[in-house]
This record gives sequence, structure tokens and C-alpha cells, in this order.
Amino acid sequence: MANAPAVAAQSPTRSRSTTANPKRHSTERRRQRVGWFFILPFAIVFVVFLVAPLGYALYLSLFSKGLATGTVFTGIGQYVTAFSDPSFLKGVWFVVRFAVVLIPVQMAVSLGVALVLDAITTRFARFARLMIFLPYAIPAVIGAIMWGFLYSPTFGPLEQIFGAFGADAPFPLSPENVFGGLLNVVTWQWAGYYMIIIYAALQGIDPTLYEAAKLDGASAWQVALRIKIPLVSSALVLILVFALIGTLQFFTEPQILRPSANGNISPDFTPNIYAYTQAFSYANFNYASALSFALGIVVFIAVYIFLFLTRKRGNLFS
Amino acid sequence: MTAIRAAALPRTRKRGQRNLVAHLFLGVLILYFLVPIWWLVVASTKDASGLFNGSAGALWFDKDFALFQNIADLFTYNDGIYLRWLGNSIFYAVVGGLGSTVLAVLAGYGFAKFRFRGRSFAFALLLGSVMVPLTALVIPTFILLSNLGLTDTIWAVILPALLNPFGVYLMQVYAKDAVPDELLDAARVDGAGEFRAFRQVALPLMRPALITVLLLSIVGIWNNFFLPLAMLSDTHLFPITVGLYLWEGQAAANNGGGASLWGLIVLGSFVSIIPLIIAFLSLQKYWQGGLSIGSLK
Repeated sequence: MANAPAVAAQSPTRSRSTTANPKRHSTERRRQRVGWFFILPFAIVFVVFLVAPLGYALYLSLFSKGLATGTVFTGIGQYVTAFSDPSFLKGVWFVVRFAVVLIPVQMAVSLGVALVLDAITTRFARFARLMIFLPYAIPAVIGAIMWGFLYSPTFGPLEQIFGAFGADAPFPLSPENVFGGLLNVVTWQWAGYYMIIIYAALQGIDPTLYEAAKLDGASAWQVALRIKIPLVSSALVLILVFALIGTLQFFTEPQILRPSANGNISPDFTPNIYAYTQAFSYANFNYASALSFALGIVVFIAVYIFLFLTRKRGNLFS
Repeated sequence: MTAIRAAALPRTRKRGQRNLVAHLFLGVLILYFLVPIWWLVVASTKDASGLFNGSAGALWFDKDFALFQNIADLFTYNDGIYLRWLGNSIFYAVVGGLGSTVLAVLAGYGFAKFRFRGRSFAFALLLGSVMVPLTALVIPTFILLSNLGLTDTIWAVILPALLNPFGVYLMQVYAKDAVPDELLDAARVDGAGEFRAFRQVALPLMRPALITVLLLSIVGIWNNFFLPLAMLSDTHLFPITVGLYLWEGQAAANNGGGASLWGLIVLGSFVSIIPLIIAFLSLQKYWQGGLSIGSLK
């Protein structure tokens, strides 16, 4: 009861503080709130299949399960184990090295091709664009199966080519070559997709810029370096981030090539393969959760460092 | 979108040479990108012995043309399980792709055209989630779904595939510019409710981006391997990628007896890439136009 005067005193002040037409203001607010109904279906999926699994994995990763001890709370113990587990660290080191080599190579190929395709408009160039993009339509599983056959030292084409010179064919999945062998598979699979994104961005540039540059006496090289590349830089950063995230979660290709690699691709080859092995071969779900989470942390840090280095933090998604 | 390029440049000899070099460069690349596919076509026509020691080598046809026998084997092996896998892949890709696209269109429109409370926070969360490695979610999602008894069902593959934060981002970017506020206001003045304004005014304008998001998510689900591999153990529910992986493991496990299975894997790979290649060649217009949405500001 003591509240009643206060409430009564409040309501006139509120209506006075809003604009001349309070009714219109509140219908406008109500209208804007409808936005939530459009977001809602996605928000539910987001909570159930992103927030909940992450939260649950975080929860599980704080416990450890032993035969004698049962499930006990170990806090960050699993993470200490993960970041000092040589298998996990070896995998992380591999994917980081792989990303550092793969991304520039892939970028150079896709940017180079996109610039050439943007500069010439013959029918052959259109055909080339389609053919180079084609591997994107092929599942990574099948891409890896095909390259596994082509890499075979006994019945692949390498054997034929090198055999003609009386030499032994190199085995692209041997311990020394497996890095390059996988590099080739991934570049083949993804370069065309990145090329198309860059190409689409190049096609969006206003052609009058080229006219202006030509009047100033710029060569084709200068136009490419000074106009085209800077203008598609946000597309480049976007696909670099995707390539980085994709490479750090490397799983499908090495997993498929394992049977063909004669043991050169181990069950701890990449962090994801290691987490998969821990979960499904050893039913060690607490540790697998910790590994998944730790990998997520590594990816986040790597992307953040990358965006910081390219100073695109503010404008990537704006 | 298609800007008219500065046509009819003066053709000097230098330019002609440069074009020749560019064409050679493209020719070499086409060769590189087509060699594995060519190998797959050739290998599909070989019998088991031809596949491993064919008379003409790996990149040319063997003297025995066994394509039709292989097709018959592929479709009848293990009671035609291959066709079942193909059907599963199509089902997962279409249902998951349509579902995730519907969610992305609605959410993208909501983010682009309404200023509700909590919007900026929700949008920041969305952008952050684009950076979450999706495979890092697979094992946690598996554990969660197995507690609910949902693993090893079609839902375990379809429901997680509905999550497509990048699709929402693309739709938001597109809707922001492609759907003018004035048009929506006009519809409201005419007495259209919010949902009707969306359906009759905004949706037709968002169609190009919608088709791109649909294509991208169908391809993503069709190519997915880790999620169904973790979720499914009943071979009758496998999509084609996990099915071929199963055969590969069996073929590698018994080296000698596995020879015929390798033949099925090769032809099975070839048959399964045909639908997507056809889809890509016939829907060129859409993915080319749409892929620039995310990268242009």
C-alpha cells in the first residue's frame, strides 16, 4: 500500500518525458520487438546446438573419470593435461605449420587465377573458371579417395611416369612427403572456391577506375597491384579467416588417407583426429570434450592474432 | 552486378602475347584440376584387376570395358545399400538445407530490419559464432544428443545442420540493402501485418541471396563427413560420404579380398558426384552472383 502514491506519481512523469505522441512511440517499440519473432527459430537452434553443447562440454571437461575413483571434479586439470599432452601438442603444431604454408600457397593460386580470369573474357577463360571451381562440388571424402589412388606407388600414374625414366616413384604419403601430399589435396579441393569469391569481388569493382588509371599511364600490373588487390582486400581477409579456421580443424582428408598411408598418419595426427580417437576408440568423453574445447581456444586465438595483424578487426564484419 | 567492361581495347602485339601466356597458365591449371576427375571416370570402367594393373596405366582405359558390370555390382551389392546411402544424402541435404535456409532468411531479415532491445548483443554473438570451429562442436553435440537418446537417428544429422550462422550473416547483409524501408512502411500503411510485409515485400527481394544460401548449405551438408561419422552407427542411416568411408576401411582391412570393393568405391564415388556437378553447372548464375555478398561492402 505504501507504494501506491509513488507509482501514481511516477506515471505522469514518464508520459511527459516521452515525445508529444506517447501512443505512437510505444507502438513503434512494439513493432520493433517483432524482430525477435523473426530471430526466434534460429535463436532456439543456436542455443540448443551451439551454446548448450559448448556449455555441456565445458562442464564435462572439468571432471575426470577413472575406474577406481569414479567421476571426480578436477577443475582445469584436463586442460593442464591437454596442453602438456605431447599427442595434442604435436597435432596442434602440425596444423599450425600446415596453415602457415597452405594458406599463402592457396591464396597465391586463387588470387592469381582470379586476376587472370578477370582480365581476359574469352570463352576458354569461362570454361577454365568452371573447371577450376569443380572440385568444390566434390566431397572432401571423395577428393581424398581419388588422390589416395593417384598417390599409390604401385598402381598410380606416378609409377608410370617415373618408371619410364627407370626411377622409383616417390610416395607422397611417406613420412617426409605426407605434409606436401596433404597440401596438394587441400589446395586442389579449395583453391577454386576461394578463386570464385575473389573473382566475384573483382567483378564488382567499378570499371571506370581502370579507365582513370589507364589515362594516368598505369600498366596492367600496376592496375592489379594498386587498384584490384586493395579493393578486394576485405574478400581476401574473409577467406583467409575461413581457410585458417578450416585448416586448424583438419580432419577429413588425413582420416580418409590413413589406410593408404601405411601408418604415416597416426591417430593423433591432427587435434581433431586425436579428439575423435579419444571419444570413439577409448570412450574417453571427458578428455575428448576438453580436447575439443582446447582446439576451439586455439582457433579463437589464431583468428584473433590474424585479424589483429591484418588490422581488419573493425571492418571485417560491419 | 554485371558491370559493362571497358570493351574493344587496342590490340597490340604485346597484349596478344600476354593473352597467350595467360591461356597457357589456365590450360595447365585445368589439367591439374581435372586429372583426378579424369582418373575417376577412367577407373570406373575397369574391373578389379584392371584397376590395379591395367594394361594402359592409371590414366587410360583398360582393354576390358567393365562399366556396366560395375554399375550392376554397385547397385546390388549388400542389397543395394549404395542406393540407400545416396537417398539418405539427398534427404539430409535437402531437408537440412531447406530448414537452415528458412531459419537464416527469417533471422537475417529480423536483424536487418528491426531495432529491438538486445539486437546488438545478439548480433555480436552471431558474428562470434561464425568463428567457432564447427567440428569442435561435433563431439560435444554427440555427448549431448546421446544423453537424450537421439544419436543414431536421422535427427542427429538434420538438427545440428540447421545451425548456419554464416547464412544468417549473409542474409542480414543482403536484406539491409536489398529491402528498402520505405517499401515496408508502405506495406504497413496499407494495413499489412509484419509477417505479411515480410512475405509479400521482403521475401521476393531477398530471393537471389536465399538461393545462394540454400545452395551453400546443401553443398555443406552433402559434403559433411565428421558429423554423420560421429552420430551414426546404423549403416542404413549413413550418407554417401560415411558409406564410402566404411567400404574403404573394409577394403583396406582385407587387402586381397578387398579388391572388388575398391572397384565399388571408385564407381560409387563417381556416381555420387554427378548430381552436384550437374546442379553446379546448371545453377551457375546463382552461386556466382551470391558469393560476392559476404565479401563486398
